[in-house]
Amino acid sequence: MTMTLEELQSIARIEQDRQQGYAHRIHVCIAAGCLSCQSGSVMEALEKEIGRRGIEHWCQVKGVGCLGLCKGGPLIAVEPAGILYHSVQVGDVTDILDALGGNSVPRIDAGNQAYFFERQQKIVLENCGRIDPERIEDYIATDGYAALYRALRDMTPREVVDQVVASGLRGRGGAGFPTGLKWTAVAKAPEGDKYVICNADEGDPGAFMDRSVLESDPQRVIEGMTIAGYAVGANRGYIYVRAEYPLAVKRLRTAIAQAERLGLLGKDIFNSPFSFDIKVRLGAGAFVCGEETALIASIEGRLGRPRPRPPFPAEFGLWGRPTLINNVETFANVRSIVLKGGDWFAGIGTAKSKGTKVFALAGRVCNTGLIEVPMGTSLREIVFDIGGGIPEGRRFKAVQTGGPSGGCIPEAHLDMPVDYESLAQVGSIMGSGGMIVMDESACMVDVAKFFIEFCMSESCGKCAPCRVGTAQIHQLLSKISRGDAGPEDLTLLEALCDLVRHTSLCGLGQTAPNPVLSTLRYFRDEYTAHIAERTCSAGACRMAVPEEAL
Amino acid sequence: MSTVSSPLAPSPKPAEDRRWRMVNRTMRLHGHKPHALIETLHAVQESFGYLDLDSLRYVAAALQVPLSRVFAVATFYHYFSMKPLGDHTCVICMGTACYIGGAAGILEKVQDAYQVAPGETTADNRLSLVTARCLGSCGLAPAGVFDGKVAGKLSPEGVLEKLGRWTHHDDDP
Repeated sequence: MTMTLEELQSIARIEQDRQQGYAHRIHVCIAAGCLSCQSGSVMEALEKEIGRRGIEHWCQVKGVGCLGLCKGGPLIAVEPAGILYHSVQVGDVTDILDALGGNSVPRIDAGNQAYFFERQQKIVLENCGRIDPERIEDYIATDGYAALYRALRDMTPREVVDQVVASGLRGRGGAGFPTGLKWTAVAKAPEGDKYVICNADEGDPGAFMDRSVLESDPQRVIEGMTIAGYAVGANRGYIYVRAEYPLAVKRLRTAIAQAERLGLLGKDIFNSPFSFDIKVRLGAGAFVCGEETALIASIEGRLGRPRPRPPFPAEFGLWGRPTLINNVETFANVRSIVLKGGDWFAGIGTAKSKGTKVFALAGRVCNTGLIEVPMGTSLREIVFDIGGGIPEGRRFKAVQTGGPSGGCIPEAHLDMPVDYESLAQVGSIMGSGGMIVMDESACMVDVAKFFIEFCMSESCGKCAPCRVGTAQIHQLLSKISRGDAGPEDLTLLEALCDLVRHTSLCGLGQTAPNPVLSTLRYFRDEYTAHIAERTCSAGACRMAVPEEAL
Repeated sequence: MSTVSSPLAPSPKPAEDRRWRMVNRTMRLHGHKPHALIETLHAVQESFGYLDLDSLRYVAAALQVPLSRVFAVATFYHYFSMKPLGDHTCVICMGTACYIGGAAGILEKVQDAYQVAPGETTADNRLSLVTARCLGSCGLAPAGVFDGKVAGKLSPEGVLEKLGRWTHHDDDP
């Protein structure tokens, strides 16, 4: 079956009319975070009570994706009144329904969260918390697949690539490679089988942006990938997603099946000669598979080990064919770029970092959750305005970005704008968007050890600098945190970090020393306190009994 | 791996076992191509809960992949387990946010209380203790999974109570 523009518009209109027919719309967050706080039973109770009261014709209950303020789950939004309820329990259901059309229920009202929401600008997350992720009609009602129609019917592949180039979009997986360049390279590759891969192997501990996007708005990613396929001349796509995200996998599969049913994936999409299909491939818990050549090896059913580049996947990728690999968030930006134009996108953000960035804000911060801010927003605004500062009156110590490849940024740099260049300058990286706030209870030696332990165990073992180097760094850090190290060990540690950084084969090893180097740079006194005074001011490290000291 | 009879044992012919149907179906969907290996191992683990040498041998033969490669893939990826789990499974997330939130302390309490190391099962087969890299539930740190159900904002006491309830219920006739 092929879809026409009229049919698409008609689906959108029917869905919009249906929703506007309700005087009250109750949105229950059913993303993984809130589901784990039993938002599912709250939704069931709401439906049951609405049925009992016989008000289902003017009051709608809808499961939606992430509402953002994850710490207050389960979250419920009542529209069009614009009320946000937090920590809702089944027992609150009658009060919520009684309060419809009047004042909110003060007990569970999240209150004025203006700071949390108003500082944000949503492109990738525009539908999160608004649409039902398991109904394609709901997505279509928000202009869904209008971008794909425009690309296929009104634009040449070259024009689509040009818009992405003009947008200045850079890879959201972490490294920030210009997306337009990647697309151009794959589009220029000789014709024949080409592939589009969506990297949803979100392996950074402390990051849940991609999971939330897939759980809240999977169609956006599918539409972005399909547009990419048209632009670069590929007919087949793969989404490589973590097996640890069962809900995201389920919603993706549902979304693909629904898109296929409506002819938005498959043959001759919108009566054009373009065909595209997407398959889901499950990761199996290897962090290194976030590296593109390792990811390709994994899709081919092999060990997820990186290989030297060049050749880059744009020339020699999946099954040896030209392959475009982008991250979930990168693809999620595509529809807006096609609809509103590359220049519009380039107008947001800073000179070299365009658009917005989604961050998973977690750790010792009041408002943990999922946020999206324009590039160039300061860390202080994110941590203190949007994040609401540090709970329990404690003191801010550092914010960690970029996961095991990133670094810890101290208070002195809080006013720095968040963009690719500034973060690199202070020794961290943008990364995929995990942002962990730490207070004085965190020991920086311990944090560095935590990340190196991670890299050590995730090292694929192919190249010696990473395999042996991370283990040696871990040994040194353990020695320091036990109070067994001498001053010469710090010099050794720095030399080792330098070696691993410059001689490892892939990004995992090249960036593994970052957490150590950045903590050494800003919190060197903590290292020396462990060595010289055998004390850990945060109280996280246990010192060995002195006799055992070497 | 002590459960394996002999390294020379022939591949099982388990077509009649219902649990193998899903595995066979997965391989058929991929045309029995070698690249279906990881997807097939996922199907085996989903059906049986873990991978044993017999199942690896069966998959190797069916996909015509050397057993050494099947074994390499099964042991390279952390998600695959070569050991069966106990009656109940407790997963503690050791992601950054959970670590900062005190996950290590929770893990230590469980280890001490049940005398079980991460990745191991108690001697009475009641409880398996597992650590996860990151559940992606960082907004609710520290988080864990208890018999498939994710729970957040954990405390050492809360976790021990939960585990205690499991073992307590099992004691009931």
